[in-house]
Amino acid sequence: MADAPRKSLFTQFRESQIWNSIFRHGPPDNTRNRSLAVLTNVFLHLHPVKVRKSGLRLKYTWCAGGTTFFLFLVETVTGLLLMFYYRPTAEYAFSDILDLRAQVPLGIMREIHRWGAHAMVIAVWLHMLRVFMTGSYKPPREFNWNIGVLLLVLTLLLSFTGYLLPWDQLAMWAVTVGSNMARATPFLGNEGPGAALLKVGDISLVTAGDDARFALLAGRFVGAAALLRFYVLHCVGIPLVAAVLMAVHFWRVRKDGGISGPL
Amino acid sequence: MQWFKSAVDWLCNPPILFTLIFIVFFLAYLWKKLTWLWTPRACVVIFLAGGLFVAYGLTDPNFRAIVTKPDNVPIVGMLFLTGFFSWLSMYLGTRNDARIGKNLPPEEKLESEIKILVWPDLVYTEFLCMILWSVLLIIWSIYLKAPIEEPANPAKTPNPSKAPWYFLGLQEMLVYYDPWIAGVLLPGLIIVGLMALPYIDPNKKGNGYYTFAERKWEILTFQFGYLVLWVMMIITGTFFRGPNQNFFGPFERWDVHKVVPLSNINLSEVFWVKMLNLGLPGNWLVREGLGIILVLAYFTVIPMFLGRTLFKRFFEKMGMVRFQILMFLLLCMVSLPIKMYLRWLFNMHYVVAIPEYFFNI
Ligand code: HEM
Repeated sequence: MADAPRKSLFTQFRESQIWNSIFRHGPPDNTRNRSLAVLTNVFLHLHPVKVRKSGLRLKYTWCAGGTTFFLFLVETVTGLLLMFYYRPTAEYAFSDILDLRAQVPLGIMREIHRWGAHAMVIAVWLHMLRVFMTGSYKPPREFNWNIGVLLLVLTLLLSFTGYLLPWDQLAMWAVTVGSNMARATPFLGNEGPGAALLKVGDISLVTAGDDARFALLAGRFVGAAALLRFYVLHCVGIPLVAAVLMAVHFWRVRKDGGISGPL
Repeated sequence: MQWFKSAVDWLCNPPILFTLIFIVFFLAYLWKKLTWLWTPRACVVIFLAGGLFVAYGLTDPNFRAIVTKPDNVPIVGMLFLTGFFSWLSMYLGTRNDARIGKNLPPEEKLESEIKILVWPDLVYTEFLCMILWSVLLIIWSIYLKAPIEEPANPAKTPNPSKAPWYFLGLQEMLVYYDPWIAGVLLPGLIIVGLMALPYIDPNKKGNGYYTFAERKWEILTFQFGYLVLWVMMIITGTFFRGPNQNFFGPFERWDVHKVVPLSNINLSEVFWVKMLNLGLPGNWLVREGLGIILVLAYFTVIPMFLGRTLFKRFFEKMGMVRFQILMFLLLCMVSLPIKMYLRWLFNMHYVVAIPEYFFNI
């Protein structure tokens, strides 16, 4: 007994029942356990056990897709924190935003959330550029490219709906300018081509009170109802859809043969 | 240095800026003598020049006012990143092209058969990437405050009123097109076009590695849309549009009272009034007949003509349906520069103007 080497505290913990109940494999210092580390972990197992070396290179992927996803996670966490303080009503929204900086400890959550959002938009464009430049949309990855395009649109919509929430002049008028476009939707907007043709007798079917813009803003202008609508879409609706599509996206990266490479 | 500032202001005027960009774009990608652009040395030179320009610009109060607006800082970053990664993909692509020319496989091939364990190699990279981004975001957030202006006030329209920055390319198109085209049709077609891309690209080569030589036309088309019509339009819309959506050079003061004479004229007026010396016909179909015929011809005659001549090879390879879809999307994209030049050269407002039905092209 006396000459048995003393085990370090960490080794003791590693051999404890608690550790073994969480990680069902030994330390990842051999191929078997390293494979198990990926296979037995619900988060890591989106990855295969092994990947092509060429696809791992930073100069190949620029880590742009991964960065986009990481920024999405950052937005989720910081967004959650912001939701504790922010109330989406015309009465409180603006002052809650001011309080985020003045009253809340670690008052840079709003900054991280905003710059993270800008960075995510840029990252998703660069990711698309790299996927295009490596020809990775070609068979068999056509479908995943399409999922990607949907994610691109959702990313922009996330950003756009969030832009309104500070409820200042910048927010209100940016969204006014943006949503004015909906007024010109062919047939569906009251100033769109063809809308004038849609009438029953003398009654227009498409008016400022029921057209595409009205549906977007829940009103004829950017008001309290639009704020609530954008808030719900921004915090729940769009992230939910985006998260599902991301799961499909990652799954398909794997099922389409991993990161693309020359045949 | 006043002459320099005036020269830059002059160069940034959209007709001049975009003409220059069109020329530089095609020369950079197609002129053999300019392939040195895709070397690390050229990259360093260009970025140093760009960095110096921004640094110098920041000493000017007008330049500083627009570039350091909190929401605009990321756009400057975006410009540099887009430039860098466009360069990088061409650098790697031309390197591979040289290898392929010598009958060697692309560089990626050397490592594509080697399989590497996700734990620890990939997990490690992901972890590093996460830490780097976290640090960057935190520093960025400490030093740059998120913007907050006066409380929302529906009665007080700011001048200029701008969409969020990533939509400013679309807002910039409003200068040349009506909202139903700039704000609905073209964005819709960008999405549809991107989604259709894998199905209408007839080229099977260049899948899974960087190359330029094997995918010249695809890359030219995509980058023309992305770099020129998307990114540069955003830059214009962000930095060069001031009060009343008038043009302002980066060193120019945003003067609310700047007057820009508008003398835009519709094709129907040119045809009926100026050329034929008649009044405008009352019936819109007669009045706009010429414009309608021109637009229809643009979308039918050109594909038919190209399908038999220049693009005969594509036509045969792709078949009727795919070729027509490809041509339609391409023609829609090219219609933007065409409309720009019609405006700049002839003050053309609408080719087809039927305000009765909000149908203006
Ligand atoms: C929220 C947006 C997105 C996220 C989080 C995301 C994430 C990812 C990740 C993590 C990968 C693995 C490889 C890499 O990092 O490059 C990937 C691959 C891929 N992405 Fe995305 N992506 C997004 C948007 C897009 C967009 C906009 C497109 C294209 C229009 C796209 C098309 C693809 C394709 C085709 C692949 C497979 C590439 C290959 O096998 O080399 N994705 N994506």
